[in-house]
Amino acid sequence: MSLLSLKSVRTDIGQYAVLHDVSFEVPEGGVFVLLGRNGAGKTTTLRSIMGLWTPSPGSITFRGQDITAMHTADIARLGIAYVPENMGIFGTLTVDENLVLATATGRIDPDRLKWVHGLFPALETFRDKQAWSLSGGQKQMLSVARAIIEPRDLILIDEPTKGLAPSIVDAMAEAFREIAETSTILLVEQNFGFAKKLGRDMAVIDDGRVVHAGSMAEFAADRALQDRLLSLSM
Amino acid sequence: MDAISNTFERLGGVNLLPILLAAVAFVLIGAPSSWVTLTVAGLAMGMMVFLMASGLSLVFGLMDVLNFGHSAFVSFGAFVAATVLAGLSGWLASDSVALGSLALILAFTAAILFGLVAGWFFETVIIRPVYRDHLRQILITMGAMIVAEQTILAFWGGTPFSVPRPSFLEGAWIIGDVSIEIYRGFAFVLGLIVFVGLYFVLNRTRIGLLVRAGVEDREMVEALGFRIDRLFIGVFMLGSALAALGGAMWAGYETLITPALGAELMIIVFIVVIIGGLGSIEGTLLGALLVGLMSNYLGFLAPKMALASNMILMVAILLWRPNGLRPAVK
Repeated sequence: MSLLSLKSVRTDIGQYAVLHDVSFEVPEGGVFVLLGRNGAGKTTTLRSIMGLWTPSPGSITFRGQDITAMHTADIARLGIAYVPENMGIFGTLTVDENLVLATATGRIDPDRLKWVHGLFPALETFRDKQAWSLSGGQKQMLSVARAIIEPRDLILIDEPTKGLAPSIVDAMAEAFREIAETSTILLVEQNFGFAKKLGRDMAVIDDGRVVHAGSMAEFAADRALQDRLLSLSM
Repeated sequence: MDAISNTFERLGGVNLLPILLAAVAFVLIGAPSSWVTLTVAGLAMGMMVFLMASGLSLVFGLMDVLNFGHSAFVSFGAFVAATVLAGLSGWLASDSVALGSLALILAFTAAILFGLVAGWFFETVIIRPVYRDHLRQILITMGAMIVAEQTILAFWGGTPFSVPRPSFLEGAWIIGDVSIEIYRGFAFVLGLIVFVGLYFVLNRTRIGLLVRAGVEDREMVEALGFRIDRLFIGVFMLGSALAALGGAMWAGYETLITPALGAELMIIVFIVVIIGGLGSIEGTLLGALLVGLMSNYLGFLAPKMALASNMILMVAILLWRPNGLRPAVK
């Protein structure tokens, strides 16, 4: 059984149908990449999974449990974390306060914090700084750190490399590899070079529909398919 | 210019504004005794307005709700407390500080309880259906304000209602040439206690952390696993209770109240919330102190300008800092 399953999901925003028919399955473990052009519906897919927009019709199941109409907070408590495209950090809170807020009990496990600081050393250096004063890359690190400060089964990450310097992107790739050893990552990405280094399985979404799904290795080897589906030449 | 700005920020930034205002007023007023009296009156007024405005600021900042019905809680708080005090006038007239204090505590408790229950009802029945729709919020909360005012008129009548005070809060402390009304000192201390309490809750507790985070990004708080709608009810009830307490304090200050009390104060309350910065308790305190001091100083120096003073203050501050003095979101 797959960890997450979307079946014929349609999501409307106002009077516009953004997702028409999205179906794919995310297996447990590793990184699953959702690719697509700008405006294809990738972010809407993640927001629909998180309950921030409610699909109708269609169904989303997590570990076999129907989460389609569940409240966002209840979905999060099932063990799904979300790193939005805008990072969603709380600027007036300190780095540590941002992390504390992401825990269920208000206490951070010291060993877990040590591991997170190992992945993102800047967060240890600036732990008492208000988050708005961090650089773009540090804010992205904080956003990811918040998603992993407690063990999660599934982490939804929306375009984490957007606007980041190449050195930070490399550090982020290393961190994702390590995180994916214990959690499943559903990664939305336009940077195909970054995505193909990490992804085990993938799907391509276009105009609100899944137009291809399979293994990343096969997709990365098929240049013609990439050109056709992504209008990209990597 | 940058050097002046940096020095200003290093010395305390916008927190210095009430002190600067008081210093300018000292030069203009000339007589130290008048200045002290006006300053204490301004601080007391500021603290009472802070009580009324702090809840509105949190509701505005966290829930994005334009609640013009907030004044109803101020009015009801004033009338509920005044009614309890009137019923216990025998205790108030006695020389016993204990009985007078007990009457005051009961009156304030009644106002706060009323605010909590009315706040729960208001949020559940009136506000919840109009979340994310500012136009309907304005219409429905203004309607609620009118209904509340008319309800007070029906229950308490249109003639001014006299508010008795405990005897130990009557009179003034005379220090040299300076006269300080005891009730004003009491209002200042109570306001300060509420501010410290709110500051502690917002900055040292998990609930406070959630409220501060919610002011910035409600959606993300939910994505972290918290039901923000439940937090909304709590904050709305707290805001309503604080408004009712502010109304009760104001009733004791004015000693003669009418059903229009809340609506009359609402303009000042909104000015304080806007110049302080939405969702910020520290900003609300700063704004309230500035408004209180400005009203009293200008009432003395240029009485004809007193009514316009707060509007001028708001325009000046918004031109300088469009998001207010201490906005909760950076």
